[in-house]
Amino acid sequence: MKKTYINGLGCISAQKTFDTVFLEEVEVLENSILLPLKTPVYKDFISPVAIRRMAKGVKNSIVASTLALKEAQLDTIDAIITGTGMGCIEDSEKFLKAILDNNEEFLTPTSFIQSTHNTVGGQIALGLQCKAYNVTFVNGSVSFESALLDAKMKIEEEEATSILIGGVDEISDYTTSLFKLAGYIKQELEGPYPVLNSTTKGVVYGEGATFFVLEDKKREQTYAEVLDVEILNQLDVEEVEDKIIAFLKSNTLQISDIDAVILGYNGDVEFDGFYKNISEKSFVKIPQVYYKHLSGEYNTASAFGLFVGANIIKTQNIPDVIKINAVEKSDYKTILLYNQYRGIDHSFTLISRC
Amino acid sequence: MEALKQELKSKIIEVLNLEDINIEDVNDDDPLFGDGLGLDSIDALELIVMLDKDYGIKLVDPKEGKDIFQSIETMGAYITANRTK
Repeated sequence: MKKTYINGLGCISAQKTFDTVFLEEVEVLENSILLPLKTPVYKDFISPVAIRRMAKGVKNSIVASTLALKEAQLDTIDAIITGTGMGCIEDSEKFLKAILDNNEEFLTPTSFIQSTHNTVGGQIALGLQCKAYNVTFVNGSVSFESALLDAKMKIEEEEATSILIGGVDEISDYTTSLFKLAGYIKQELEGPYPVLNSTTKGVVYGEGATFFVLEDKKREQTYAEVLDVEILNQLDVEEVEDKIIAFLKSNTLQISDIDAVILGYNGDVEFDGFYKNISEKSFVKIPQVYYKHLSGEYNTASAFGLFVGANIIKTQNIPDVIKINAVEKSDYKTILLYNQYRGIDHSFTLISRC
Repeated sequence: MEALKQELKSKIIEVLNLEDINIEDVNDDDPLFGDGLGLDSIDALELIVMLDKDYGIKLVDPKEGKDIFQSIETMGAYITANRTK
């Protein structure tokens, strides 16, 4: 079976994650419940004619995928696999609002074209003239991990040698207002909103596009090897540790072999117990990392987590701004990522220096 | 007619999201498609919907669009002659 290597990445997020080395220019906004994107100059990457109709998620994904491909020094790939929880929700809202406002008449094509979930993968393919395998996974908060798993299996089975994968989601006005009503996003005027040790319900919300080039060969620019991915729909807090131990065992590892664990803390006091339980018990002697205070929570925020993990391995450094505890290791070789959202969509991802 | 042409320029820039183009950049007789503003077939659909929604004009024969959407001048003349609202 072929191995899977991360050979390029690109990230558009609430932080300056392009034109930087690794989180050296971060800005922690503890008083905001929505983290705005640090947008690139789109016209440096996309023609003005094409850009005017593109949804936010499409533009960010094209830039992120361009950066990933450039780093991997590739012009063509064997597959494009995208994960998204909500798709290009901003244009979905525009299209649905137009249906209501105009009494189901006068529907225009542009926002409809942009409103579908698979428009991101489709427009990346159009730009690259890539007619290969192109699939979009829409699986809530394991959408990105589903894409990663699919890519890993395709490389293992030698159905592809190079694959572009990514996770993308958008903030949009109406959906945000619904999430606030439902209590999924923190309430206004109750700040600051620390992600660690939060005492309030709901999350600090965000958006972003993070893309990776996966290949079957280790190269000079390789970040890490993707050892394994596991997705579990529903777990109790007490089950997580056993599931992690079993996951590690299936990779002939144990907790003491892990050099850092990246946890998806999002500041929701109702569900952060899933992380806290292992933070304070089995992983207490392991360097612990969090990142959603930088990216915000969204269905594919875990792609930002993988961006963090890959960079820790490549730079052999954990920036202070993402450290949960003071434990350090001289060598960051094997990293475990654990993510869940509202108690479901649990995922374990294991990466390693190679 | 002059006011309508200014209105059309403003609506086209907004509806078609023509970034970096101002009303002053669009001349009345500039071609809308091809070498002029560079609009395409999806933009044509947006313009057909705009005629219907804002001026009550239903284009039943799409071939008519080629003449109507030549320029702001031709659009303005057609709307003036056919508008129902």
